Amino acid sequence: MTVIGSINPGLILILGALPALLLPSVIRRVYILALPIVGFMLVHQLEPGTLVTMEAFGMTLEPLQVDRLSIVWGYIFNIAAFLGLLFAWHERDMLQQVSALVYAGAAIAAVFAGDLVTLFVFWELTGVSSVFLIWASRTPEAYRCGMRYLVIQVTSGVILLAGAIIWYADTGSIDFGHIGIDSIAGKLILVAFGIKCAFPLLHNWLQDAYPQATVTGTVILSAFTTKLAVYALARGFAGTEALIYIGATMTAFPIFYAVIENDLRRVLAYSLNNQLGFMVVGVGVGTELALNGTAAHAFSHILYKALLFMSMGAVLFRTGTCKGSELGGLYKSMPLTTGFCIIGAASISAFPLFSGFISKSMILTAVAEEHRWFIWGTLLFASAGVFHHSGIKIPYFAFFAHDSGRRVKEAPWHMLLAMGLTAFLCIFIGVYPTALYDILPYAVDYKPYTSYHVIQQLQLLMFSALAFTVLMLTRIYPPELRSTNLDTDWFYRIAGPFVVDRLVNGLAAIGNAVEATLTKVVVDTITVIRRHHGPEGFMAKTLHLSSMVFWVVAVLAFALILDFARGI
Amino acid sequence: MSEDQEQGNSTRRYWLDDQKNVRKIIIALFIVCGLLFLADGFYEKHSHFGFENIFGFYAIYGFVMCVALVVAAKVMRIFLMRDEDYYDRDR
Repeated sequence: MTVIGSINPGLILILGALPALLLPSVIRRVYILALPIVGFMLVHQLEPGTLVTMEAFGMTLEPLQVDRLSIVWGYIFNIAAFLGLLFAWHERDMLQQVSALVYAGAAIAAVFAGDLVTLFVFWELTGVSSVFLIWASRTPEAYRCGMRYLVIQVTSGVILLAGAIIWYADTGSIDFGHIGIDSIAGKLILVAFGIKCAFPLLHNWLQDAYPQATVTGTVILSAFTTKLAVYALARGFAGTEALIYIGATMTAFPIFYAVIENDLRRVLAYSLNNQLGFMVVGVGVGTELALNGTAAHAFSHILYKALLFMSMGAVLFRTGTCKGSELGGLYKSMPLTTGFCIIGAASISAFPLFSGFISKSMILTAVAEEHRWFIWGTLLFASAGVFHHSGIKIPYFAFFAHDSGRRVKEAPWHMLLAMGLTAFLCIFIGVYPTALYDILPYAVDYKPYTSYHVIQQLQLLMFSALAFTVLMLTRIYPPELRSTNLDTDWFYRIAGPFVVDRLVNGLAAIGNAVEATLTKVVVDTITVIRRHHGPEGFMAKTLHLSSMVFWVVAVLAFALILDFARGI
Repeated sequence: MSEDQEQGNSTRRYWLDDQKNVRKIIIALFIVCGLLFLADGFYEKHSHFGFENIFGFYAIYGFVMCVALVVAAKVMRIFLMRDEDYYDRDR
């Protein structure tokens, strides 16, 4: 094993970000683009089976553990970092550049972490570094949103640490292998992963935060956090049956929101959530085909999701808005962006010859082989639905629909280049799936291009398109409206503060009442004392010396009289 | 972009601006869907479930489920939709 082969590739980006702080702007932009390329090459020469250990605090840390599963994520994370940074070439904001590098590096480093403590460190680093991509919008909304995001991300890490500590106490090992949900530690770690993976009801940080990030920040954010969580699930919880149901819920539940959401980047966040569901189902099934499907789908998903976020980012960059109600007709001024967006849409919808087709179908086939008809039906519904809301809605409302009259410039060259490269990869994987299948964790014995699969997929998609057309023509399709749709964040943004507010106010009222009563008692006491002993009080009266003498004489005379009286 | 170009851009007629062409696309979609539906009789199915063998299962399922999705989402709007500034209006 060479020295190079024993370095965690994530460190290239994390440590490489530090010199970037000192470089002049032009050199810095080239330099940060070069880092993921170096990272990619480093991943490429890693040998599966490599394990680097070090002793610390009486525990065996494994800062580098390489197997075929982690290598898939190592590749795609470096590719995503490169494409995202290329898309952000115009960005002079050093804060974003450095946090993007550290964030991507932390995600890569976490993927190659062999133990739970190392995983925890990089797990938290992804949360802490990525929040700057949201704050970089530099609006009050983005600031508050970033705070919510940070609290949730850090909470996930704290739960992971708690789980890891219990796991260590139970087993005496912190090795990050299969964990399972039988133990308390396993349940805690699953919740920690589930938060970052946007499980149903834990999901809303994603739809809340991603649309608030900068034009380029969302592209970077979309690639790493959630897919790192999918990787962690695949490593720790493969074959856990509960994940099948959780995943199936994830595929179906967000698409209803996606249909009525107006902010197109938020629509993409919902469909991101839906795509994660497919991967989680794959992890839950846990067969070789299913895990291959999860890895393949994570790989192609990162690319087409980034492509879609890039195209919406370009629209936002040029027009200043990403709301479906304010866009339309942009194909006239941004034809290339339109084309790239359609390629991304075709990929996420799993059209034959596009990347989603050759990866998602592996998961569906794996589910079918387990004869789970209800789950399979749900996934098929979600597949049709994703074409409906992501495949058609996104390009249609942004670039076609009714002409908004906006005439803008085409996206800048570097954005077009980034989108072009990503689009090329989406089609390349779709046309030549062997390239992806060769790097999957297990040997692939799966043929996506069979006549029945192609025809059935086309039937599903074209009739989904037909449904969209019919609903548009009959005006049943809900129009894009400026609106906010309530989601689980309502509980911590409205209900929670309301309850706390009521609680605080209630306690304050009780406190005030007690204070008022006590004050009254004290005041009354003082008043009484004052009445008798105050300056005007009887007890505090000063008397004339003569009257004093008079009273003394009077008392003495009285005593004398009494004495006489006794003597008589 | 200069003023002239903007002017030129907005006055230029695009192929899709003509409603006739939009109609052509819709008709083409109907034809493609019809052909795909009929295609169900001309290939060998490899089904895992019995209901997959219903003629045109994928087509019917795709259409029905998408309509159901949209209708359900529309109903959800009644309960879930608020003003755009719902979360920010008190600030």
